[in-house]
Amino acid sequence: MLKVDRIETFYGKSQALFGVSLNVREGEVVTLLGRNGMGKSTTVRSIMGLTPIRSGRIVFEGTDIHQLPGYTIARLGIGLVPEGRQIFPNLTVYENMVATAANRLGMKTPYTLDSVLSIFPRLTDRLTHYGNQLSGGEQQMLSVVRALMTNPKLLIMDEATEGLAPLVRREIWRALAMLKANGHAILVIDKNLDALLKLADRHCIMENGRLVWRGSTAELAGDDGLKSRYLGV
Amino acid sequence: MNRKTLSITLGAGLFIALPVVAVMAGEPYLVTLFSRILIYALAAVSLDLMLGFGGMVSLGHAAFFGIGAYVVCILSFHGCEGTPILTWPFQLGGHQSGLVLWPAAVLLSGTAAAVIGALSLRTSGMHFIMITLAFSQMLYYFFVSLEAYGGDDGISLFSRNTFAGVDLTNDMQFYYLCLAALAAFLFFSYRLVHSRFGMVIRGCKENERRMKSLGFPTFRYRLVCFVIAGAGAGLAGALIANQTEYVSPGLMHWTRSGEILVMVLLGGMGTLFGPVLGATALLLMEEFLSIYTEHWMVYLGPFLILVVLFAKRGIYGLLAGENSNHG
Repeated sequence: MLKVDRIETFYGKSQALFGVSLNVREGEVVTLLGRNGMGKSTTVRSIMGLTPIRSGRIVFEGTDIHQLPGYTIARLGIGLVPEGRQIFPNLTVYENMVATAANRLGMKTPYTLDSVLSIFPRLTDRLTHYGNQLSGGEQQMLSVVRALMTNPKLLIMDEATEGLAPLVRREIWRALAMLKANGHAILVIDKNLDALLKLADRHCIMENGRLVWRGSTAELAGDDGLKSRYLGV
Repeated sequence: MNRKTLSITLGAGLFIALPVVAVMAGEPYLVTLFSRILIYALAAVSLDLMLGFGGMVSLGHAAFFGIGAYVVCILSFHGCEGTPILTWPFQLGGHQSGLVLWPAAVLLSGTAAAVIGALSLRTSGMHFIMITLAFSQMLYYFFVSLEAYGGDDGISLFSRNTFAGVDLTNDMQFYYLCLAALAAFLFFSYRLVHSRFGMVIRGCKENERRMKSLGFPTFRYRLVCFVIAGAGAGLAGALIANQTEYVSPGLMHWTRSGEILVMVLLGGMGTLFGPVLGATALLLMEEFLSIYTEHWMVYLGPFLILVVLFAKRGIYGLLAGENSNHG
């Protein structure tokens, strides 16, 4: 579904990614792990066309997307839940959801307002509240819901549970498990290794802008040295 | 009835009753003054669409106001003279009817906004302010150099336009037509702001990049908003040409754009009725303070500072409550 092939990304003159390659297949949950500043978010930004790559290729569903504008990439079916939530504070919860609602790929059972609210029922009571009147957890739920309303084929979650209370975090993981059960492909960046080991099929570890390890959940779970060296756990 | 509804109802009632009260009080000049207020309110609401809701700070909005006014005056001039405006590639004559001239003013202002917006919206922040200012000044000097239509001195309208069933030479009828135009534009703006298009525009104001990564070609959305705002200002221009029966390049000078911007700030940016209040407050201050001193702006400055410092959503916020959105 998504194939990232030896991409190199720069911020000005400094190189942030060095030949990163990874892929996500249909219905699969893949994680991108690593300490802070290792290039995980830059990889996501490169996929979404927010930070253009200098070399390499990014292919989504058979289409080269690395030269397309950001909005076209999203229209092809990649939904992003960005780091820091970035909900629209001047729109109500309802407006945040319906503004982005689209079924551009003609899904047979697209997400609707009712179906996304059933994933996070807590938002039902907050529909008329403005984005800046929500708690951090509610903002994160809204951010996930907003991405789902675009009916993406692939969902990218960038630090979706960062800074959230344990209860809210649990709710997000529950929602992701539900999406996986529904056959969604998900690329997750997060630091909560225990939850990721339960959810994901495959894992990739980044260090200093390079992809240094990839493997299955069983391989990662059984290698304490690897976890200690690259993830500090 | 909450404060917001009460304020809007009272305001609408005052505007509807004003001509009758003014005539009964023996002050018919108030009808002319308030016609001017309604016209500037229309221009201010159109600016607020792109400034308050779209986050596009333009210092060139008066250009579209001026284009609307000039379209009416030039077409009307040729209509009266019976001379063509164009002879090649096709013959185009003038006209007297508002039903032809006002849509033409809206269309040409909108077209100018499309051209200026297509270039200006490739920039942002200070550069956007400067480029809109530059376009406005270019148009100002273009009309200053247009000797055939009065140049720096401007051009007079022989008489107000004709308009189906309405006698525009009657100040009271003209007032109600201006009120109807403002009400229609407010209704249109309300529907626009609450439509999906409006949600995307408001989202762009906060985070354009995020809106792009959700699949929206934000440039196109912002350009359409810019064009609608320009067309709205063009309609206001068509009305001001009829109200004053005279148009000069001064209408599109950058200081006029600043004046419209002050109306929006004063009334409440990002609120629909705020600019109406802002236009009313500014023009009434100008009218009454200038009786006592020609330096009336000395009083306007501190007043504006107080509003900006203590009333986040301008006069509208004070009247309707700070938490009322988009009113």
